[in-house]
Amino acid sequence: MLSRAVCGTGRQLAPALGYLGSRQKHSLPDLPYDYGALEPHINAEIMQLHHCKHHAAYVNNLNVTEEKYQEALAKGDVTAQIALQPALKFNGGGHINHSIFWTNLSPNGGGEPKGELLEAIKRDFGSFEKFKEKLMAASVGVQGSGWGWLGFNKERGQLQIAACPNQDPLQGTTGLIPLLGIDVWEHAYYLQYKNARPDYLKAIWNIINWENVTERYMACKK
Amino acid sequence: MLSLPKLKYSLNALMPHISEETLNFHYNKHHAGYVNKLNGLIKGTPFENKALIDIMKESSGAIFNNAAQIWNHTFYWDSMGPNCGGEPFGEIKEKIQEDFGSFSKFKDDFSNILCGHFGSGWGWLALNNNKKLVILQTHDANNPIKENSGIPILTCDIWEHAYYIDYRNDRASYVKAWWNLINWNFKMSLACQKNYL
Repeated sequence: MLSRAVCGTGRQLAPALGYLGSRQKHSLPDLPYDYGALEPHINAEIMQLHHCKHHAAYVNNLNVTEEKYQEALAKGDVTAQIALQPALKFNGGGHINHSIFWTNLSPNGGGEPKGELLEAIKRDFGSFEKFKEKLMAASVGVQGSGWGWLGFNKERGQLQIAACPNQDPLQGTTGLIPLLGIDVWEHAYYLQYKNARPDYLKAIWNIINWENVTERYMACKK
Repeated sequence: MLSLPKLKYSLNALMPHISEETLNFHYNKHHAGYVNKLNGLIKGTPFENKALIDIMKESSGAIFNNAAQIWNHTFYWDSMGPNCGGEPFGEIKEKIQEDFGSFSKFKDDFSNILCGHFGSGWGWLALNNNKKLVILQTHDANNPIKENSGIPILTCDIWEHAYYIDYRNDRASYVKAWWNLINWNFKMSLACQKNYL
């Protein structure tokens, strides 16, 4: 019986003991729902592997990399710092992206957004349908592994669609503030949809948590 | 019109290391998919009647991605076979010893590269421009021919679709199993690689 509680990664407690000078380690966030909650759109096995194995690995490897980075900083070893950058970007990006992703989905999701977010979508894309097509196209079009994103361009005050390769974090690499991410790494859908990424993308619209996306949007506009 | 090259062994020939289910999807859906996609993309373009290798060398974007993935997968199937694996023999054995020190050092290094690659891509044993054997990693659809980094001798696919059905997230176990499949016979003659270019 798969449940959100069982992950076996031993989450780190996060004491507010900053005065000890030790860095707080990153920890795997809980899923806001059970592994089976997003069925039939994303099955329980995918959700468990995705959360417990893939996301957990990014968290663990991020902690290991940051530890090494701290040592390199302490030694003033710039060469070592630079050598660690790809691992920081990959694992840090993976942790950021997946933390957002779990909140972007909900068993009670689907349908369309309302209110200000819907207005902004109509303003910036013409219609919800056109926005949906654009985000689908960006996500289908990712060659290899990556993410499709709805982001917010703070400078222009506009919604924007983007695609990022690998685990490149949206904000860190483009400046856009992430609102809604679609994971198109094969691990996100392969066990259920195999090579049919478009079918996964059609299904995921049934579980988009528009409340969460709206919250993120409203937070940007402050 | 390009066509899907025939697999030189049956879909269950690589068991238990790579399952029939994986090979079926990998060959009949992914590899075939790249062929169909490329044929659609090059129709009515100057690429339409060119050889695959030339399309790959001269294109970029979606045409390149599909052309290169066709080439890469054909090379991958030929890098493996039933009743294969074990240690190399002949010309390639000596060259590995010469350039890596030992087969086991080469195996460790190659495995580490394959396991450590971030995201989709391929690991390669290649003969570089200085006639030395080197281990290369390429991202997504890229390969040593496109990057001009060497003549491919051997390749391992580390896109998730290559191992997810059989090994889930455990790429390391897939890589370990892959060593049982290497077709050293195919790789014996470095000269035969020229046929691919």
